[in-house]
Amino acid sequence: MDKFEVIVVGAGLAGLASAYTLAGAGCEVLVLERGEYPGAKNVSGGRLYVNPVRDLFPDLWEKAPLERFIVHEGITLMAAERSVHLNYSGRELREEPYQSYSVLRSKFDRWLAERAEEKGATILTGVRVDDVIKEKGKIAGVLAGGEELRAEVIVACDGVLSLIPERSGLRCAGLPRDYAVGVKEVIALAAGTINERFHLEGDEGAAGLYVGEASKGRFGGGFLYTNKDSISLGIVVGIQALLEDGRALDVPALLDDFKSRPEIDRLIKGGTTVEYAAHVIPEGGFNALGNLWGDGILVAGDAAGFALNIGFTVRGMEYALASGYLAARTILKAKEAGRFDADTLAVYKMLLEDSFVLKDFRNFQAAPALMENPRLFNHYPEMIAGLLRDIYAVPAGTKQRLYPTLRKTVTLGEMWSLGKDLKAMMKL
Amino acid sequence: MNQERQLKAKLGLDVFKPATVPPIRIKPGMQRDPRLRPALKACPAGLYTENAGGEVLLAADGCLECGTCRLLCGTEVLEWAYPEGGAGVQYRFG
Repeated sequence: MDKFEVIVVGAGLAGLASAYTLAGAGCEVLVLERGEYPGAKNVSGGRLYVNPVRDLFPDLWEKAPLERFIVHEGITLMAAERSVHLNYSGRELREEPYQSYSVLRSKFDRWLAERAEEKGATILTGVRVDDVIKEKGKIAGVLAGGEELRAEVIVACDGVLSLIPERSGLRCAGLPRDYAVGVKEVIALAAGTINERFHLEGDEGAAGLYVGEASKGRFGGGFLYTNKDSISLGIVVGIQALLEDGRALDVPALLDDFKSRPEIDRLIKGGTTVEYAAHVIPEGGFNALGNLWGDGILVAGDAAGFALNIGFTVRGMEYALASGYLAARTILKAKEAGRFDADTLAVYKMLLEDSFVLKDFRNFQAAPALMENPRLFNHYPEMIAGLLRDIYAVPAGTKQRLYPTLRKTVTLGEMWSLGKDLKAMMKL
Repeated sequence: MNQERQLKAKLGLDVFKPATVPPIRIKPGMQRDPRLRPALKACPAGLYTENAGGEVLLAADGCLECGTCRLLCGTEVLEWAYPEGGAGVQYRFG
């Protein structure tokens, strides 16, 4: 019977980063992927921030199939009948090395898988891992398609539902409050049209987040990223908001409503939808992380809960790449020691704590609870847009003085709650 | 109805490989369980419907494997697995 050194479950960013690093260090690694090809099951909004992971994979970035580097960061407060748009653009965003890129995962992951194979990793596609093999409390391998595949250690990178860690006893099934669902369309549009509409040149790209009506005033929002010759347009909404009787949101309709907003419609006009995708996203932050390792097993990427939404940035892919990389470093150390028990693999926790991964998760521990504040989504967009409506209004006859206009919206009660909300934000 | 057609058209853009067994099933006798009801509006592919008798039905084709129903309804009412290797949705853009 075959026994591998390492089996990686899932050819997403965490799994491929792990395999690439392990194979590069001469480790024998088998990646099992249930899709027809790496990336076939992988969806993201799609935005990758390169800075935190640039040095972990120095040879990768130059040729990586990234879409556009982002030079416009937009945030739009979307009220029912009006919106307020803020665009940030800065020189540093236009200077190399670029901070972040839009990506399409099927393309990117497929390419990364080829790089891992070049290093010597074996990737088997079309193979679903059904269960883990447990022997005396240790994970000794996996069951896939009725076959037993044994390994010294497995790396569970099986994505957000984290079924392998669940089967391994490292975590329970997730709770609705710790997750959101994202649905998106990839809308093909000529590169020149994209450049014109978004004020871009060459491979420059734009990113936009939409708060308020995009998720009907509930936790979540809309997003838009420009790719080379397509636009990724989608909405994200908390799973909890789908449970609330009577007020439950209709998810497919949410995206259609968002698309038909005048602010969006004019950006995608003439485009052709070429794919419709949906995926659950971890949103629970630090407090929702599962156990990250056990006897003979490490957990990385979404499977570990490594995605972090702090409002202005929504990130997961760097954490996947970095945790996959650190899982590989852990295994290389364990290999030196010749032991793959939980005590030896605990190095993983240390490496994560020393890296931006757990530092970010600790720093932004309060973010998920703050994001639960419904006023962020159902009140402020309407209030601020309404205030601007009044400020810009020029009625027949005389115009009201500005200060009384402001005070009509920002009442004492409003200031009081605003103060409370801002105070809560200090934890961020 | 129009919305339903629109959703079908969107799903028609995706590449699906058939599975030999439906990976997600409503457990026998659970069709009237209230825990299934949120999936009626939440499923991004609109695969959960209700019949005149108040039973929730699940169509297997067009599943995007997103995981929403597993989190929303739970595994007491759903048998939930990913489709067998090589089957199900195959994203070309992702």
